[in-house]
Amino acid sequence: MNAILKVEGLKVEFDHPLGAVKAVDDVSFALQPGERLGLAGESGSGKSTMALSLLRMIKPPGRITAGRVSLDGTELSALDHEAMRHLRLAGIAMVPQGSMNSLNPVIRIKAQFADAFRDHGLKLSSAELDARVAELLRTVGLRPHVADLYPHELSGGMKQRACIAIAICLRPKVIIADEPTSALDVVVQRQVMETLARVQRDLGCAIILVGHDMGLMAQFVDRLGVMYAGRLVELAPIAEIITRPRHPYTQALISSLPSLEKRGAMQGIPGLAPLLRDLPPGCAFHPRCPRAEARCTTEKPAVREVAPNQQAACHFA
Amino acid sequence: MTPLLEAKHVSKHYGANTALSDLSMSIDTSKPAITAVVGESGSGKTTLARIILGLVPPSEGQVLYQGQDMARLSGTERRQFRRDVQAVFQDPYEVYNPFYRVDHVLTTPVRNFNLASSRAEGRTMIENALRAVGLRPEEILGRYPHQLSGGQRQRIMVARAVLMKPKLIVADEPVSMVDASLRATILTSLRKLTDEMGISIIYITHDLATAYQVSDNILVMYRACVAEAGAVERVVKHPQHPYTQLLISSIPQVSTTRDWLDDEGDQKTAATPSAHGCRFVDRCPVAMPKCSTTLPPLYRTEPARAAACFQHEASPTLPNGALNEVLTPTPS
Repeated sequence: MNAILKVEGLKVEFDHPLGAVKAVDDVSFALQPGERLGLAGESGSGKSTMALSLLRMIKPPGRITAGRVSLDGTELSALDHEAMRHLRLAGIAMVPQGSMNSLNPVIRIKAQFADAFRDHGLKLSSAELDARVAELLRTVGLRPHVADLYPHELSGGMKQRACIAIAICLRPKVIIADEPTSALDVVVQRQVMETLARVQRDLGCAIILVGHDMGLMAQFVDRLGVMYAGRLVELAPIAEIITRPRHPYTQALISSLPSLEKRGAMQGIPGLAPLLRDLPPGCAFHPRCPRAEARCTTEKPAVREVAPNQQAACHFA
Repeated sequence: MTPLLEAKHVSKHYGANTALSDLSMSIDTSKPAITAVVGESGSGKTTLARIILGLVPPSEGQVLYQGQDMARLSGTERRQFRRDVQAVFQDPYEVYNPFYRVDHVLTTPVRNFNLASSRAEGRTMIENALRAVGLRPEEILGRYPHQLSGGQRQRIMVARAVLMKPKLIVADEPVSMVDASLRATILTSLRKLTDEMGISIIYITHDLATAYQVSDNILVMYRACVAEAGAVERVVKHPQHPYTQLLISSIPQVSTTRDWLDDEGDQKTAATPSAHGCRFVDRCPVAMPKCSTTLPPLYRTEPARAAACFQHEASPTLPNGALNEVLTPTPS
């Protein structure tokens, strides 16, 4: 099967007086049509920057310094500004983190859809717009009258659904969802994720889910990529990640999740995520790693295939 | 012995909305324990925290501090209350003034409450408090807030509370804004305060899984009322209120069994909640006709548990005000 999205050797750097900071360091992966891929990691691991760079939405002082991203055969770096604008939403759409801040607070929900359609050159009559919006809202489980409401009149879950509806309004091939439910309580989280799953199935698009909740990943994605200090340190089918994580950091992420099975089983990851501008030599995880040996302090582990469809960047994987 | 704090038939209304409805409980700090208060937004858990902290007065009922009505404390008593009961809030970013070194939030209470007789003694107290929450003073003191991580900043707030040698800490969502990998560290340090320093903690959260990990007792709240209460192990392993059951089944688990999305999930039934009925009736999969008309009392289904659901009608009702009988003071 041909990948719908292909990322090769992607690097994102941020200029800093003390030298460039690599927020995304040589990341490669391919996303299959209809696949659900997770990107997990702590704050500062580069997962959100990674997601934004796929849309070429990195702002200065950040910039993409190397690598290729291609969507369905189209190389994105070759597109001019206007073509890229058109591709956002229509080709790759984003469901942002914290929907409360991403909807325009002073215009009604319907007008936010109208903005999107107009910007992508769709000329709809008022009746057509109403019908399209009603249909999109219905798809995400909202009633048509929501179109006439302002964002502050919606609950958190409703706002997040409205964002999903906007994201799918031009039937994109890839949806990037950056922690779409981190601000919602668990009951609403499940409803929103169910909506996202259903919408994705109906559209046949692929999803990249960015987040740090390993429970959510375990229940939602097909494959999981784990990021640490800007690198993709493990990438494997989710069942493999859960039953046999190859990278000690992946194991640590899983153990940090509070269990409902056994009390006292929750373990934090010792130490702090490293500063990107001051990474430890060798493997960036070695100061926090329970398995670290002398070699890890000097030699940076390469990403290698440790099993079919399973890659990891650890000397012991 | 007089409990440290006692809430008697406490309600809080904001306009036509009831944020907390007729809650009675006491906090006896002679047997230190962590009590989690769990619920979704609007369940009344933060209102309960604010009333206990004396930040808002109840609309009805009263809160007693060492047997005295909180509304009528003398200046000296109020000052003692401000030492005995400490707060840790949700946002470890907003509580700091970015222009001051973080030392400021630690030295201020030492000075205001004359906790130390000399500068050196104050410094030692601060260092000990930081160590009690798992921080290394040399990595913290002298820094500005932006130089520290959210997890470090939140632990400094816990250290500040510890400095006061309180009897009770009310922690309102202390880990909801920090990374999952740091939550465990902060919660473990809270547990240590109870086990090693004898400080009781009320842990307000929407996250049932962390509540299960650190607390001894749990109060599950739903729309201003207590839905279920009891020993955390029993409530989480065998939830008896449909809302608790929904909460638990909604938590995505790290497991190769993928049943989270296929589950029926939250069901809105036809029933609409009336002012008199069960607050959960419109979402309850097992609602009966009487649930729409009568508010179920708490039924004591087990020695250390009560659930406000008519499914447990056969059990004796737990008299209002006897909530503490099902909260066991035995630390795990």
